[in-house]
Amino acid sequence: MKIFVCIKQVPDTEAKIKIKSDGSGIDPAGIKWVMNPYDEIAVEEAIKLRDLNPGSQINVITAGPKERAVEALRTALAMGADEGIVVHGPDNLDAYSTAKALAEAIKKEGDAQVIFTGKLSIDTNQASVSQMIAEFLGISHATVVSKLQFAGDTVTVERDIEGGAKEKIQLKTPCLIAANKGLNMPRYASLPGIMKAKKKVIKEYEVAALGITDADRKVSYSQYSLPADKPPVKLLQGDASAQVSELIHLLRDEAKAL
Amino acid sequence: MATTLVFVEHQDGQIKRSSQELLQIATKNNQKTLAVVFGSQAKALAPACAQNGAQEVHVVADAKLDNYNSELFLAALSAVLEKIKPQFVLASSSSTGRDLFPRLGARLGTGVVSDAIELNFDGANLKAKKPVYAGKAFAIAEFKNSSMQIVLMRANQIPLSSVTAGAGQVVEHALPAIDLKTIVQEVVKGASKKMDLTEANIVISGGRGLKEAGNFKLLNELADVLGATVGASRAVVDAGWVGHDMQVGQTGKTVAPTLYIAVGVSGAIQHLAGMSGSKVIVAINNDANAPIFQKATYGIVGDLFEILPKLTEEFRKVLGK
Ligand SMILES: Cc1cc2nc3c(=O)[nH]c(=O)nc-3n(C[C@H](O)[C@H](O)[C@H](O)COP(=O)(O)OP(=O)(O)OC[C@H]3O[C@@H](n4cnc5c(N)ncnc54)[C@H](O)[C@@H]3O)c2cc1C
Ligand SMILES: Nc1ncnc2c1ncn2[C@@H]1O[C@H](COP(=O)(O)O)[C@@H](O)[C@H]1O
Repeated sequence: MKIFVCIKQVPDTEAKIKIKSDGSGIDPAGIKWVMNPYDEIAVEEAIKLRDLNPGSQINVITAGPKERAVEALRTALAMGADEGIVVHGPDNLDAYSTAKALAEAIKKEGDAQVIFTGKLSIDTNQASVSQMIAEFLGISHATVVSKLQFAGDTVTVERDIEGGAKEKIQLKTPCLIAANKGLNMPRYASLPGIMKAKKKVIKEYEVAALGITDADRKVSYSQYSLPADKPPVKLLQGDASAQVSELIHLLRDEAKAL
Repeated sequence: MATTLVFVEHQDGQIKRSSQELLQIATKNNQKTLAVVFGSQAKALAPACAQNGAQEVHVVADAKLDNYNSELFLAALSAVLEKIKPQFVLASSSSTGRDLFPRLGARLGTGVVSDAIELNFDGANLKAKKPVYAGKAFAIAEFKNSSMQIVLMRANQIPLSSVTAGAGQVVEHALPAIDLKTIVQEVVKGASKKMDLTEANIVISGGRGLKEAGNFKLLNELADVLGATVGASRAVVDAGWVGHDMQVGQTGKTVAPTLYIAVGVSGAIQHLAGMSGSKVIVAINNDANAPIFQKATYGIVGDLFEILPKLTEEFRKVLGK
C-alpha cells in the first residue's frame, strides 16, 4: 500500500511573531521552524497503518522553500517515514495553489491509497488544503478525524464536530484523512531514526514545473498587524468575599459582560 | 449592489446565531441577501431568514440533508450556486462550513478564506480580516482569479440587532442524484447539551491549578449558573482529566466569547493564542506573576478553591438562580 503524508513547516508554537515593516508578512528572523503539530499526528497514523500492512511505503510530502522545508521532511523520515518529497516554491502560496501543487506531485508519484494530512496548519489557520487536495484528486475525504479503522478498502472514521459530538463516517480508499488531536500520540524521533533519516531519499519537484501558475493564486494576504495592546489588568483587592463582589460589580456595570 | 448568499445552518428548528450574524452583516452592508437552507426543516426556516434580511431563501428540502454528508452537501450547493451565481458566499467557520467550502472552492476554481473576524464589502471585492499564527497576528485577505468569493466567518463577531426584513421568497431546488462513496453512519451526541466552545458567549476554562479531574465540578457549577461552556488547558487534557474537545489554545479550539474566565491556568503562550480574542478576560490564579494576568481585564490573585464557591454563590444570588 502506498501512503502519503502531507506535512507543513510552521513557526514553533513558542515563537514571538513580529511583522515586517511594510506589513507584507511576518519577520522570519529568529523563528524556529517545526513540523505542524497536527501533521505529526498524521505521520504517526501512517506508521501505524504501515505496521498493519507490511510492505507498505510512506511518502512524506511538503510544499515550501526547500532550503528549510526539507528539515520537516527529515523529522518525519526520522519518525519512520520511508521517502521524502519536497515541492519547492515560495513561502506565501495560498491554500488553493498549495493543494494543487501537492495534488499534482502526488498524481505524478501515482498509486496513492491513503493520504494523511493535519486538520489545520497553525500558521495560516485555513483548514482548507486537505479538502482541496481530495477534490483535485477526485477522492473522498474526512476531516478532523480522531478515530479510524481500516477493513479492506473500507475506512471507518469518527470526525469531531461541535459540542463534543462525533460523526461516524464510512469511506472507501483511495481517500484523504485529516487528523485531529486524540487520534494518537505521535512518537518522538529516536537517535537511530535520525541517523537513518540522513540516508533516506528526498525527491524534488518545482511548483512552476507542476503547472501551477499565477492564475492559481486565489487569495492574497497583506496588511499584517499585531493585536492591539491590552490595558493593564485590574487586580481586585481585599479578602476573597470582597474580590468576588467587586468582580461581579465590574462585570455587570463596567464591562457589561453579563 | 452585489449578491451575497449566506449558507444558513440550523439546529433544533432554529437558525444558528452564527448564521443570523451573517445574514445581518450582508443586509447591513446593502447586499442583495440570499439564504440557502438544507434539510427537511428548510422551508419552515424561511421566515426566520427573511427576518434577518434575506430577500430569497433557496431551499433543498431533502431529508438526506438532515445530517452533514460532504458529498451530498457539495452536490446540493453546487447545483444552487450554478443557478444563482452570487458574487459573495458567506458561511460560518463551523465544522460543516470548514469541511464543505474549501472543497467547493477547489471544484469551482475559486478562493476560500476561513476564520474571518471582520468583513469589508468593497464593491466587487470582499476583504476579510483574519487571525493568523493562532491569533498572534492578523492579516487582510483579498481574492484574485476567483469568480465567486467565499468567506467563512467565526461565530460571535457582531451583536445581533434588528435589520430591515427581506421578502424571504422561497425558491425550491432538487437534490441532484449522485453516486455516494461516503456514508455517514450516525451522529454520536456529545456528553453535554451546552453550546460548543467556539460558539459560546461565556467560557470558563480550568487548568492544572484545579489539582484533579473531580474538581472540574466547581467549574461546571459556575457554568450552570452563568449558562457558560467549560474549556480546559492542554495540561489537563493531556492528563486525561477532560476530553480533547475541551482544549482551548493553539492546538485546541480558538474561542472569542464575550467573557472568558481562566481558573488555575498559567497562561502559556499556546493557551493565550486560543483565547486572547475574548472581549473580557478574568483570571483567577494564586501566583501574581502568572502570564495570564498580562492578558486579563480583571484579575483575582487568590486560591481558586476559596474563590470559586463564593463566586458561584454570589452569581446565583445576583442572577436570581
Ligand atoms: C506544541 C505545543 C502546543 C500546545 N498547545 C496548547 C494548547 O492548545 N492549549 C494549551 O492550553 N496549552 C498548550 N500547550 C501547553 C502549554 O505550553 C502549557 O503547558 C499549558 O497550557 C499549561 O497548562 P496549565 O496552565 O493548566 O498548567 P500550569 O502551567 O501548570 O498552570 C497551573 C496554574 O494554576 C495555578 N494554581 C495552582 N494552584 C492554584 C490554586 N489553588 N488557586 C489558583 N491558582 C492555582 C498556578 O499558579 C499556575 O499558574 C502546548 C504546548 C506545546 C509545546
Ligand atoms: N505547504 C504544505 N505542504 C504540505 N502539506 C501542507 C501544506 N500546507 C498545508 N498542508 C497540509 O494540509 C493540512 C491543512 O492545512 P491548512 O489548510 O493550511 O490549514 C496541514 O495539516 C498539512 O497536512
